[in-house]
Amino acid sequence: MTEQTPTERARPEAIKAVPVRHPGRWITIAVLAVLAAMFVHLVVTNDQFNWRFIFVSIGEGRRGVMFTGPVLAGLRGTILLTVLSMIIGVALGVVIAVMRLSPNPLLSWVAWLYTWVFRAVPRLVLAILFGNLGILWERIGFGLPFDAQIGRLFGITDLNAQFFSIKATDLLSGFVAGMLALGLSEAAYMAEIVRAGIQSVDSGQSEAAAALGLSRGQVLRRIVLPQAMRVIVPPTGNETIAMVKDTSLVAFVPVSTELFFQLQAISSRTFIVLPVLVAACLWYLVLCSVLMVVQFFVERHFGRGYGARTRTRTRTRNAQRRQEVNP
Amino acid sequence: MSETAMVRAQDVHKSFGSLEVLKGVDLVVEPGEVCCVLGPSGSGKSTFLRCINHLEKLNAGRIFVDGDLIGYRERGGKLHELKEKEVAEQRRSIGMVFQRFNLFPHMTVLDNVMEAPCRVKRENKGEVRERAAALLDRVGLAAKVDSYPGQLSGGQQQRVAIARALAMRPKLMLFDEPTSALDPELVGEVLDVMKDLARDGMTMVVVTHEIGFAREVGDKLIFMDGGVVVEQGPPREVIANPQQERTKAFLGKVL
Repeated sequence: MTEQTPTERARPEAIKAVPVRHPGRWITIAVLAVLAAMFVHLVVTNDQFNWRFIFVSIGEGRRGVMFTGPVLAGLRGTILLTVLSMIIGVALGVVIAVMRLSPNPLLSWVAWLYTWVFRAVPRLVLAILFGNLGILWERIGFGLPFDAQIGRLFGITDLNAQFFSIKATDLLSGFVAGMLALGLSEAAYMAEIVRAGIQSVDSGQSEAAAALGLSRGQVLRRIVLPQAMRVIVPPTGNETIAMVKDTSLVAFVPVSTELFFQLQAISSRTFIVLPVLVAACLWYLVLCSVLMVVQFFVERHFGRGYGARTRTRTRTRNAQRRQEVNP
Repeated sequence: MSETAMVRAQDVHKSFGSLEVLKGVDLVVEPGEVCCVLGPSGSGKSTFLRCINHLEKLNAGRIFVDGDLIGYRERGGKLHELKEKEVAEQRRSIGMVFQRFNLFPHMTVLDNVMEAPCRVKRENKGEVRERAAALLDRVGLAAKVDSYPGQLSGGQQQRVAIARALAMRPKLMLFDEPTSALDPELVGEVLDVMKDLARDGMTMVVVTHEIGFAREVGDKLIFMDGGVVVEQGPPREVIANPQQERTKAFLGKVL
């Protein structure tokens, strides 16, 4: 045993090596810089962008196209539609995912059927379909099902066992029809995302919770879903951002309080096309940026306890401390 | 005598599909006893343990814990499955510790321990917090109360898991290979907690490969192989002087 312990041995000289050169990086940077300069030049010097029209005024003393009253109303409509249809989508999606994983084969089959139908039909078709559902029913209400048929069975010609009902065309006005079409379609996608999330949680978790005496509902709510959220949140962020853009489909329901519809209305009135499209792009960029910030915080919330970042940070800190103590 | 037994298993059979894992297991564990279950992997010992708190359904036989038939109700000579809620109620008094800890990673150590008493028994939160802190102190983790499981070593996680099970004040504790997933140097700290529990008179069924623990702490040892109990008796006698060939072969390999 002649080997010295590290403390007795002299510390070798720190390595000072010539770093590897990366000429490829410099070429890439040059190419990108030229492209960026071309883009900026285009945006600044080409009059067709008409930035004044976009930001300052569309004429007659009114604000720029991004900020005129109807466009702002459309923006509000787009945000409201996104939020409401995502609420429907997530809530119903969780229910359908739980049904799909239920030991009851009928529930599981119904959930599968729902996902099958609503993923198969394009959102645009669904939006138009929901806008025309008034053709199927004159009135929509809540009450005894098959009341007219039951009445006829017992010889009553006009049995009406509806507690309340309203005209279908009133209920399925543009906005509600659009919201339902988007929300129900979203639920089918969310159901698959939630199902993947639930299945990603180790089965030992629900076993341990069951062994402690938690009920199946408690296991799902307190143990499985919070852990599944880590898997569920990123694709849900995707879905929400996609939903912001898909709201433009409800223009066909038709719904007029929607961002793109309002912008297009201006473009067809003024015959100024490109700046309006740029304005639309800018608004959608703003909305998505806000959503990405929200997603960051939601992910951080549900990532607690996993914190790869915090843990590596403490590990490096500990390593540094160890080096300081023992240089 | 067997009316007072904490665990009474009678001719327990369990199959997964066509594979019969338990082929008639009988066992009696008296209150305060520590029963160690030894056997090669695939011998059915973990499955048997999971049958005791109905994580697995029996195909035949009966298991009683503290006189209650587990998972079923016998009425008019017929067995009726218990509702989920009633099974959950039976599990409250049976603590279980898993090989892979299964702590809830999204909760702090303290919340892990408090979850079941607060949610299942709906006990007063302040009292539960005190009791949980005391339990964590007992397993030597008072300083880790606010850590998340991912920040603890395996041995520490398993001690939290024991505290979590104890928080429900169980009358029986089941241990499913509690030290098999641990680094060798961390096994001791978990076994120490279990020895401490045994000294306090907790009834325990321990599936383990720790022959030393079985010899030192166990009141009874059963050796399982091929889905049956091959040999049972006082641990020192069975380990020192096994009667059956299969027991001899197994002990010869692990000792």
